[in-house]
Amino acid sequence: MLEITNLHATVGGPDKPTPILKGLTLHVPAGEIHAIMGPNGAGKSTLANVLGGKPGYEVTAGSVTFNGQDLLALDPHERAAAGLFLGFQYPVEIPGVSNVQFLREALNSQRRQRGEEPLSGGEFLKLAKDKAALLQMDMDMLKRQVNVGFSGGEKKRAEMVQMGILNPAFAVLDETDSGLDIDALRIVGAGINSIMRSPDKAVLLITHYQRLLDVVRPDKVSVLADGRIVETGGPELALRLEAEGYDTVMADG
Amino acid sequence: MTDLQTRSQSDVAETDVEAREAAAKAADYEHGWSSDIETEFAEKGLTEDTVRFISGKKNEPEWMLEWRLKAFRLWQTMEEPDWAKVGYPKIDYQDAYYYAAPKKKIELGSLDELDPEIKRIYDKLGIPLGEQEVLAGVKGAKKVAVDAVFDSVSVATSFREELLRAGVIFLSISEAIREYPDLVRKWLGRIVPVRDNYFAALNCAVFSDGTFVYVPEGVRCPMELSTYFRINAENTGQFERTLIIAEKGSYVSYLEGCTAPMRDENQLHAAVVELVAMDDAEIKYSTVQNWYPGNADGVGGIYNFVTKRALCQGDRSKVSWTQVETGSAVTWKYPSCVLNGEDSVGEFYSVAVTNNFQQADTGTKMIHNGKNSRSTIISKGISAGKSSNTYRGLVRVGPTASNVRNFTQCDSLLLGDQCGAHTVPYIEVKNPSAQIEHEATTSKISDEQLFYAMQRGLGEEEAVALIVNGFAKDVLKELPMEFAVEAQKLLAISLEGSVG
Ligand SMILES: Nc1ncnc2c1ncn2[C@@H]1O[C@H](COP(=O)(O)OP(=O)(O)O)[C@@H](O)[C@H]1O
Ligand SMILES: [Mg+2]
Repeated sequence: MLEITNLHATVGGPDKPTPILKGLTLHVPAGEIHAIMGPNGAGKSTLANVLGGKPGYEVTAGSVTFNGQDLLALDPHERAAAGLFLGFQYPVEIPGVSNVQFLREALNSQRRQRGEEPLSGGEFLKLAKDKAALLQMDMDMLKRQVNVGFSGGEKKRAEMVQMGILNPAFAVLDETDSGLDIDALRIVGAGINSIMRSPDKAVLLITHYQRLLDVVRPDKVSVLADGRIVETGGPELALRLEAEGYDTVMADG
Repeated sequence: MTDLQTRSQSDVAETDVEAREAAAKAADYEHGWSSDIETEFAEKGLTEDTVRFISGKKNEPEWMLEWRLKAFRLWQTMEEPDWAKVGYPKIDYQDAYYYAAPKKKIELGSLDELDPEIKRIYDKLGIPLGEQEVLAGVKGAKKVAVDAVFDSVSVATSFREELLRAGVIFLSISEAIREYPDLVRKWLGRIVPVRDNYFAALNCAVFSDGTFVYVPEGVRCPMELSTYFRINAENTGQFERTLIIAEKGSYVSYLEGCTAPMRDENQLHAAVVELVAMDDAEIKYSTVQNWYPGNADGVGGIYNFVTKRALCQGDRSKVSWTQVETGSAVTWKYPSCVLNGEDSVGEFYSVAVTNNFQQADTGTKMIHNGKNSRSTIISKGISAGKSSNTYRGLVRVGPTASNVRNFTQCDSLLLGDQCGAHTVPYIEVKNPSAQIEHEATTSKISDEQLFYAMQRGLGEEEAVALIVNGFAKDVLKELPMEFAVEAQKLLAISLEGSVG
């Protein structure tokens, strides 16, 4: 489903480009939930941004194909319409725009790009209600402005409601568990399973903590360090990382 | 980027003069219009004879002609304001026509001859073909579109009848001068005096047409009044004149303008709008203005110098100005409220968008003379391209006006780094009990916001439109529903191509 091959990327613009991704290779087939762990500053969020097509991130070598399509050739909104979703580590506020308005416009824009009919107001609201309920989020929250005045945990939960509504084929979830209390973590984890656990979908799950992986059980776990995937294994790798730390695990090879 | 100034001593008249300077190219537009002059027009130039010609054309009574002539003589003694910031050539007032608008039409054979850019915008706004033809000035289109808009003449008629039954007078100002001379005479020039400023005086001398509304005591006008109905039947003039009188306990909501990009062969527009509200009366005046702003290089475009003022004469009277300004090359405009009544309320809600080389200097004046009078000012300036967008506002509290309250919020949103936003509040308080609050912010559309919206599926322009509409929401929600929807689309269109 997603094939990242020898990906090199820089940030900082043409004046002083800083290499962050340095030959990253990772294949995620459909049906897989793939956890990415790694030390701070390793390039995990950079990977998410490069996949999303954020301006300012320059791909200098390598390729990314998504369902056989050259992902890097697409604009960010085209990537979204092709089925890519980023759960942001730091969701952004959009003052004056309600979640309902935002998501309805976004969804209908995606549908338009795919040649599908737009959803009516009624159809959209029904969908939004279902997904809000799935994440146990009050519908009133969805009527509020996008992320404005939301707590850290509420923002993350709202991200998952967005994911439910947009129903992507592939999600990159960047530290979605950070800022969540234990109950919220369980709700969010169950939401991820319900929305994304499917033979024709896949997830890159960026996290530091086993507690999320206890709920969303990964098929594979990879360690990203210094801009590369340095180790890949099964769920037991995450447990080892948590018990022994990155340094020990990586030194062991 | 935000200059905040507080001036303790400032003269309104001086602000007026400062705030108005126009000059226009005498040359015609170069938009590939074929403009053939169909019928009669006054000779080029402006003399007493021109004024007499205009008055005669409109069959005006003698008093009206005298009033115009007095204004004309006064205008001749006035100095055209000289605004150093604007580097446009001077207007040659003798090289222009003053009675041409209703007759001289830019006519196209068909919509195919219309500038494809304008056609594209019409399509984007979803304007039906019939109406497009009227807006574009296609030969013979008028009747079609009037029918299309009204469905049939009977709709227009029943609309008039309903107003009449309620006792509301809604006429062109020319008709009102003939049919209700006493009412017009009582108020014309009472709110905006002839000598108020150079362009107001000019308007008094040569105004061609405009709107008159009278709402009798205790009447709630049964519908939103819109010039839209009139605009489709007549061309708007270069010097429009509007007078709205709301008697005790009455209410009226008036909508002015059009979201479609209106073109006009006249580069200078100098309208005067006067409103008066008696005890417990309320006037809601909404404007969406989208005059041609000039092309992306700053060539062409309308100069819009408007004097709008409301007199909240009665106790507990209320006037709200709501405006969405996206057009014109240069805009000077300060819809104001003179709050004479006790407990009277003045409101000003404004969104002004500038792109490319547009310049807007707009704001309001709230003159508090009545006890317990209150005012609210919400100004949202959006600047893109190489444009300049200034909020200029005066809050004045007279010595006998106790317990006055004002709240002012001025927010500027910048797209790109070549545009400018300025906030210039003047506050003059002569009564110590006044509570004046002023808040100002300047922000940019962040790359983070854009990427976030695009990652969810919105194209870049859709994303900008969404963010801008969110920014302007507090003003847009003051607009009547059908206007608000159009205004949102308009904001998006005005900012096309301003990012990326
Ligand atoms: N815009 C930027 N300019 C320069 N360096 C950046 C920029 N964004 C991120 N970095 C650097 O790139 C590295 C990787 O960051 P990031 O991908 O956010 O790491 P992670 O998410 O793995 O903690 C860090 O050293 C960070 O400081
Ligand atoms: Mg990160």
